Amino acid sequence: MAVLFLSRLQFAATTVYHFFFVPLTLGLSLLVALMETLYVRSGNEVYKRMTKFWGKLFVINFAMGVVTGIVQEFQFGMNWSEYSRYVGDIFGAPLAIEALLAFFLESTFLGVWLFGWDKLSKGAHAAAFWLVAIGSNISALWILIANSFMQQPLGYVIENGRAQMTSFFEVIFNPNIFYMFPHVFFSGLVTASFFVIGISAYHLLRKNEVDLFRRSIQQAVVFAAISTVVVAINGHSQAQHMVEMQPMKMAAAEALWETEEPASFSLITVGSLNGDSEVFSLRIPRLLCLMAYNQFECKIKGMNELQAEFEALSGPGDYTPPPVIIYWTFRVMVGLGFLMIGLALYALFLMMGDMLPTRPLALKILQWALLLPYLANTAGWLLTEVGRFPWVVYGLVALEDGVSTTVSAGMVAVSLIGYVLIYGVLMAATVYLLMKYAKAGPAPVHETIPAGEELPSLVGAQD
Amino acid sequence: MDLNTLWFILIAVLYIGFFVLEGFDFGVGMLLPFLGKDDTQRRMVINTIGPHWDGNEVWLLTAGGATFAAFPEWYATMFSGFYLPLFLLLAALIFRGVAFEFRSKDDNPKWRNFWDWTIFAGSLVAALLLGVAFANLVHGVPIDAEKNYVGGFFNLLNPYALLGGVSTIVVFLLHGALFLSMKTTGELAERAKNTARRLWLPVVVILIVFLVATYFATDLLARLGVNPGLIPLVGIVALVLVGYFLRKARLGWAFAMTSVAIAFALMTMFRILYPRVMISSLNPDWSLTIYNASSSPYTLTVMTVVALIFVPIVLIYQGWSYWVFRKRIESKSDALTY
Repeated sequence: MAVLFLSRLQFAATTVYHFFFVPLTLGLSLLVALMETLYVRSGNEVYKRMTKFWGKLFVINFAMGVVTGIVQEFQFGMNWSEYSRYVGDIFGAPLAIEALLAFFLESTFLGVWLFGWDKLSKGAHAAAFWLVAIGSNISALWILIANSFMQQPLGYVIENGRAQMTSFFEVIFNPNIFYMFPHVFFSGLVTASFFVIGISAYHLLRKNEVDLFRRSIQQAVVFAAISTVVVAINGHSQAQHMVEMQPMKMAAAEALWETEEPASFSLITVGSLNGDSEVFSLRIPRLLCLMAYNQFECKIKGMNELQAEFEALSGPGDYTPPPVIIYWTFRVMVGLGFLMIGLALYALFLMMGDMLPTRPLALKILQWALLLPYLANTAGWLLTEVGRFPWVVYGLVALEDGVSTTVSAGMVAVSLIGYVLIYGVLMAATVYLLMKYAKAGPAPVHETIPAGEELPSLVGAQD
Repeated sequence: MDLNTLWFILIAVLYIGFFVLEGFDFGVGMLLPFLGKDDTQRRMVINTIGPHWDGNEVWLLTAGGATFAAFPEWYATMFSGFYLPLFLLLAALIFRGVAFEFRSKDDNPKWRNFWDWTIFAGSLVAALLLGVAFANLVHGVPIDAEKNYVGGFFNLLNPYALLGGVSTIVVFLLHGALFLSMKTTGELAERAKNTARRLWLPVVVILIVFLVATYFATDLLARLGVNPGLIPLVGIVALVLVGYFLRKARLGWAFAMTSVAIAFALMTMFRILYPRVMISSLNPDWSLTIYNASSSPYTLTVMTVVALIFVPIVLIYQGWSYWVFRKRIESKSDALTY
């Protein structure tokens, strides 16, 4: 049991950490590609400097996404070997395809882009970055196809004591992917646009490179306004899909212990300490019906009834994910989502009147809003993954049947502590570098070498 | 040829690609603190592999993904069985990967020195562990009837496996030194060439010792007889030719020969394995093979179609990226990216 607990903890820790970097990569790759395209089209040097400035921040973040991504690919086999044996026939394919289609593309062309400023034509150089952006987002698509199978297994049959693929098309066109991929894609754009807005706000407050940061913030505000709204609309349909496919996740997200008809939405619910009953709850009648089915009449099953149903179907056991985690991650994600819609629309309103650069309070708020997508992304990911409890593959493979049998608790403890230490050190270095470069601003016009990369002759020899 | 064999070959090709390509950037990483005598030279060293190392590493990721897709039992047994070494490999690759990115981003000499040694250590540990892992694959490891690895961490550190690790390190050093001599200019190129000259003979000796040890540590002799066949011999001949081309100062050819040597060394290992993918040292019947560890014919067919379409495309654009950066790196510091 200790092995299972530590393995879950390690998977959660490494995945959440990996996902700090991924959304920014997905979204910022597109924003930077657009900046460079504007440079190619207009020939305006300011877009080149924008590309270089945001590109540098992109690359620092990208490196972290890449190296933590290797861990992700390896730990299915390392920590979840029984899972890998049981569903590898289906699950391995999207992972291999991800590496072949996406990893090669993004890493090769990022190398070309970084080192090829004077080796390629302007257009080819911008195209290289588009390929990085496409590669990154294709990578998200394939890993989410793999994850969709875990959420809603389709396109397989149980044969020879394991799950075997019967239809590749059912696997890649899993209904989940039509909700998950847009959600992640536009969350990436939200993350990137708030990142650009936040750092631009910092510089506009200081009247630093006003032209460059005004253009940056304008582009980002438009993306923020569109993508925050799209994420919310898409999240709404995703939740409706979830009610059908994973009713337990919705019941836990609403702290709904008893079945309700019509179902109410919880404003605030306090559960008992052991999490199996309600102590106090403030609820809005019928709102949950509106959210789940777009109507005022509905019946939503509570956790207790669903638990009984699962027991009848799959035998005795605990089928209820921890309501506290599900309830609060859902609220943090949705609450921050609405907050970001408000901020983005407000910024859009100010921008259309060209008032944004002159509103210090708004800029100060927007500067700190940079952190919001990170919280929302983490909460959303925890909701999706913890809400799948107690399954690795929903309804098919239980957590305890997926974990490696030959790996001891001591070994997992060693690697878990190792990851925490390594990731801690690297987080410190990454935040240090990102802040340093974000604050330093773009390189001066007359030279191409950014601050911090002075000629080595100034540094002196070192052995 | 059936699809199982095709995928065995394809995975072998992916590992060969990884060892040949990432092999020189591991070598360059290990040589970095020693050949780069000042910051400009170290930057030159890093810039030779700057555009490539990440793409090279994807060969390993793709090999891992392909193993998962085509032979899930192999992936599951090997990755869970080699748990701690793989964790160390991941730690090495993580530190090494960010080091390339982070090093240039601050001009504090202590910061740069720290990441230089991180690149060194990450490359060294990764090379060692990869050699240890492959030597163990051909040597055989304790696997029970349920396809579970039942040995411990220290089983994997047997003398033969360690010899495999050392062999990998020294070959990568030679490979990396030749790459540097080919891709740099001036003092640095000269130093890299001299290093390659000095490394050459010891590398040949160590590799021949490793080949001989392979006769004793694996079932090569029982399965293939005294004559090792053409494949390992081509590898050894290529390695000997490195010395010849070095003397003639034909560095491109010398580098091509280390590439051939590495490729044929791995082909030898896969030749010993086939049709097994993991050899059980407890009972030959418990070995994992390309049949009892494989995916269903349906999945193999799907993956074959995907691979036939996309592998050539990848080869073309990755090859193109090497062509873009075919020029030597000059020692003009303001022309360096990193």
